[in-house]
Amino acid sequence: MSDATRRNPILMMGKFAAITFYLTFALFPLYWLLKIALTPDRLIFTEGTNLAPSEITFSNFASVLFKTDFLSYFGNSLIVSLGTAAVTTVIAAGAGYAFSRFHFSGKKIIIAVMLITQMFPLLMIIAPIYKIIASFGLLNSLSSLIIVYTAFNIPFATFLMQSFFDGIPKDLEEAAMMDGCTRFQALRKVVIPLTLPGLGATLGFVFTAAWSELLFALMLISKNDTMTFPVGLLTFVSKFSVDWGQMMAAGVLALIPSCLFFIFIQRYLVQGLTSGAVKG
Amino acid sequence: MIANTHTAVTSGETRARRSFYWRYMVEPYFYLSPALILIGVVMLVPLIVGISYSFQSIALLKPFDTGWVGLENYAALWDDRKFWLALENTFRWTIGSLSLQFLLGLGLALLLNTQFHGKRLFQALVFLPWAVPTFLSALTWAWLFNPVIGPLPHWMHDLGLLSEPYNILGDPDLAIWGPITANVWFGVPFFAITLLAALQSIPSELYEAAEMDGASAWQCFTKITLPFLAPMIAITVMLRTIWIANFADMIYVMTGGGPANSTQILSSYIFTTAFRKLDFGYASAIAVALLGLLLIYAVILLFVRQKLVKV
Repeated sequence: MSDATRRNPILMMGKFAAITFYLTFALFPLYWLLKIALTPDRLIFTEGTNLAPSEITFSNFASVLFKTDFLSYFGNSLIVSLGTAAVTTVIAAGAGYAFSRFHFSGKKIIIAVMLITQMFPLLMIIAPIYKIIASFGLLNSLSSLIIVYTAFNIPFATFLMQSFFDGIPKDLEEAAMMDGCTRFQALRKVVIPLTLPGLGATLGFVFTAAWSELLFALMLISKNDTMTFPVGLLTFVSKFSVDWGQMMAAGVLALIPSCLFFIFIQRYLVQGLTSGAVKG
Repeated sequence: MIANTHTAVTSGETRARRSFYWRYMVEPYFYLSPALILIGVVMLVPLIVGISYSFQSIALLKPFDTGWVGLENYAALWDDRKFWLALENTFRWTIGSLSLQFLLGLGLALLLNTQFHGKRLFQALVFLPWAVPTFLSALTWAWLFNPVIGPLPHWMHDLGLLSEPYNILGDPDLAIWGPITANVWFGVPFFAITLLAALQSIPSELYEAAEMDGASAWQCFTKITLPFLAPMIAITVMLRTIWIANFADMIYVMTGGGPANSTQILSSYIFTTAFRKLDFGYASAIAVALLGLLLIYAVILLFVRQKLVKV
């Protein structure tokens, strides 16, 4: 297929056009975000539609970093997102493995229940969850957010992991078990290394989902020192009567962890370990 | 039975029965239980409580008027014009977002499955929108659609799509396309990343063999790629439909459901009812209606997926 593409100039052109299209579509809004963050306040409206500002300032970034609580919001979001991603991935790997490798009574019911959890509007359970978390005395704690986000993300992460496990031939671990490994050892030493791309993808999804969740963070956290970034950004809107330059600067800063995480994660996707191992 | 297994380990029959018991009853739950416990406590129990709210009058603004009201909330729902409008908008919003996300996502995944210079960088960059917090992407797109500070209305005017550069978010006929665009932008990487992972798990021998037999690129795509992707496509499309239908943030931040409820979908209507009017009973009734619709949809799609997996 790739040979044909290389020979055919029309296909090459098409590919180039597609690459350009996707890059522009993905990056233009982010560029605009950065542009507004770098534009001095007095020029934001007068030069609104220019592609580039005539003057650049970093004062928006400086005031966000040093005059607001943003560093603390970032820290809280980082703890919550990393915690959620790690816990969810481990738990979902277990559940996905069970779905992929076992036939057991109750399997269909459990799958149906997990699907239902993906179906109902989360808004529906926000009041009951508030009551439960309050009764455990966990309001305003980051751990309450980690618990809630983990539960929300497990069903999808489980189905994702199941698909990845399904893609790995059973023969590999059965061979390991013949050689005297227990199933758990076989899982740890044979299956998990092959599933690294899947684990990486799952980590990435969960991290970003937790990083941008607003509603439950708003409900469960009311103290400034445990606020996560989206809640912080929202208080920005109300507190500073919409200081767009600063908000966009805060947004750009908030993008940094997600972007770093993604650049790290997608290495595992590119490697394509599975097909390589099956071949060898 | 446990005693048996201790005394007669050598007996083949008992050992078989013990391993049967272990394999089918205990071992799967060893891997599953953490997930089940969390889902039960954090989602199922609150869900049941939430459903029970839909049969009660729980409006925080009327604290002395609480109690069981039977089907009163549902009766009100049936006569609510806003509800039917929101239902219609939910279909437009979901189908519009989903089909565009899927097509662009599949295209991107196929593109990333080929070789070209700078692919790693390209991949990292095009996946970025997924990493942008929704609140932020909604705001960014609202700016882009604003003719005073965004370029989009002017571009659309130059292309002849708009008679004059105005904000489509204020136009009841077009407003829904604003949040849909933002949602597509945000959701394409999701489809691309899942489909790409599935693409990469297709054994490359299949393509080598097909190429040796003289198959064209199109034949490879329809005979190898699509059948292998089908189970992943089915499950991704299903979960994504449900997420999109439930996804109120984008609309809430960009249009707030307006103008004149033209972008109000069921989930944003639930949000407004619960948090503006503080009427949890009525909000729960809308939520139950949405839940019922999505359940029907999921059952149909699961049925289709089962067919696909068997083939």
